[in-house]
Amino acid sequence: MDRDRKAIEGAKDYQRLVQQLAPKPNAARLAARAFLVGGTICFLGQFVFDYFRYRQPTEGEAIAATLASMILLGVVLTALGVYDDVGQLGGMGAAVPITGFANALTSAAMDFRREGFVLGMAAKMFVIAGPVIVFGILAGTLTGLVAWLVGAGP
Amino acid sequence: MPAIAVQRLGEYTVQLRQPPRIVGAFTLMGPREGAGPLGQYFDAIVDDDMWGEVSAEKAERKYLEHAARRALDQAGLAEQDVDYLIAGDLLNQIVSATFSARSLGIPYLGVFAACATSALGLGLAAMLVDGGYARRVLVATASHYQSVERQYRYPIELNIQRKETNQWTATGGAAAVVAPPGEGAGPRITRITFGRVVDWGIKDANDMGAAMAPAACDTLLRHFQDTNTTPGDYDLIITGDLAKVGSKLFRALVERVGVTLGGKHMDGGASMYGTAPWAGAGASGSVCSMAVLLGYVYKEMARGRYRRVLALPTGCLHSPTTWQQGDSCPGISHAIALETD
Amino acid sequence: MIYFWAFVIGGLICALTQLVHIYVPRLTPGHLLVGLTVTGAVLNGFGWYDALIKFAGAGALVPVSGFGASITRGVLQETQKLGWEGLFTGTLEFVGLGIAAGVLFAALAALVAVPRA
Repeated sequence: MDRDRKAIEGAKDYQRLVQQLAPKPNAARLAARAFLVGGTICFLGQFVFDYFRYRQPTEGEAIAATLASMILLGVVLTALGVYDDVGQLGGMGAAVPITGFANALTSAAMDFRREGFVLGMAAKMFVIAGPVIVFGILAGTLTGLVAWLVGAGP
Repeated sequence: MPAIAVQRLGEYTVQLRQPPRIVGAFTLMGPREGAGPLGQYFDAIVDDDMWGEVSAEKAERKYLEHAARRALDQAGLAEQDVDYLIAGDLLNQIVSATFSARSLGIPYLGVFAACATSALGLGLAAMLVDGGYARRVLVATASHYQSVERQYRYPIELNIQRKETNQWTATGGAAAVVAPPGEGAGPRITRITFGRVVDWGIKDANDMGAAMAPAACDTLLRHFQDTNTTPGDYDLIITGDLAKVGSKLFRALVERVGVTLGGKHMDGGASMYGTAPWAGAGASGSVCSMAVLLGYVYKEMARGRYRRVLALPTGCLHSPTTWQQGDSCPGISHAIALETD
Repeated sequence: MIYFWAFVIGGLICALTQLVHIYVPRLTPGHLLVGLTVTGAVLNGFGWYDALIKFAGAGALVPVSGFGASITRGVLQETQKLGWEGLFTGTLEFVGLGIAAGVLFAALAALVAVPRA
């Protein structure tokens, strides 16, 4: 009993001890790396966007083509085994751009292919990227609904 | 009074009457482990993680089975000379252990204690032999970076940025044969303190060291209490894979209750990869503590560097599901005392 | 000039997300990406995110918030044309190509490439 009480008391200030002794991440350095890696990927994307802007009939289509190209880039870098290193370096700078979305699809597809193409690769391809699509559709539809109603109102 | 009662010390510890010996051991590790500071202590290094297999799961069971067979060879024994195979690993349904047992054909006791499987297996084996319930027992475990990462965390090529507290699952297999003291040479397992599950509320599965440190402290203190010993009675106190962050916490916790480990504490996980940046806080995986024990400690004991060793492998007992459901990560630690004659 | 802003705005979105990741450890990268997607979607209800895209180009389009904004843009466009049906037909108008491309390329990659630690 006494030992158990001591154990629980120990648990309470253990969280504090962990905070104290935990390695402190260098926030400034990590944020700077995210800034640089993310900025570079977007910079690259701008080139791609400009290329398509003059070749597609509408800007909307140029946008779609840009997204598709960046996705292809993400897939290729993942297949080459490079994108995880970009992620280790840039953190959110690699995850946030659409190349990160492509990496999520590709890494899952590559990993689960060992369980077969149907039950493995196909079933699990969206295991990481799924939430972005689900919540994107939910938020986009809801926002569109609200905007449409407000716009259609008096 | 039954003779059994005499074999318990204090509340949690088992004192073996005729301490069995580790008469054969084999460690078979991957390239990263071979390249680390303990590489020279491993018996064989494979030059590619996957070892020619199409999946990491198939590779993991290959490591386990091969280590088990080579350990038998080292002891000069065949499968029929051991009465039980005690084995475990980190995968669901401990499939690496099971499928290896299928090939080995030895009566199989599958066990799970995450990264503390080594101590659980060796402790149980020692009890079976000392109790006369087995002539000899084979203990084995293995882990593989890719198979464990897939199951517990993320796809291998995903862009996740590892933190300093993250650990790198060691790839390899390790096995030992436990036999009565009269057979062969090797350190003897004298005392066993099996631990209880200790959970001090760490919810971050990326910080397993913090989750396991309280369990290591709990078991260590119990062991000292039951056996009336102090760090001074051992040449080495080696934890399994608390790694760099967990080791700091472990030392802080034991110091709080007045125990000074001095220079006697070493951690298998912290030592496995040296200062390699990709390793984060250090190694983990069920093979980590087993390989460090059967590679480094075993050989250094044979050389006479250590005479009395207290090994405390630790395990983090969460699952991806419990973590996603908001549960914290419970830890466990089992202690085994080793001694050379 | 837009190249400068593409770099800066894109970089800032990533850097801010990184800081949230460090200071709110409870939120996994998955949560953060969902948060960004939703933010982009919501901010485009009245075209504000598209205005950011006009200003910063790929710096606003390429981050996953741009993905969310593109979904909203599709819904707005289609509801203008078709009314309520647009709520359903419009969602994938601009991102459909990206998702299809993602599936196709990822499947091809899985055919030819294996993961390495």
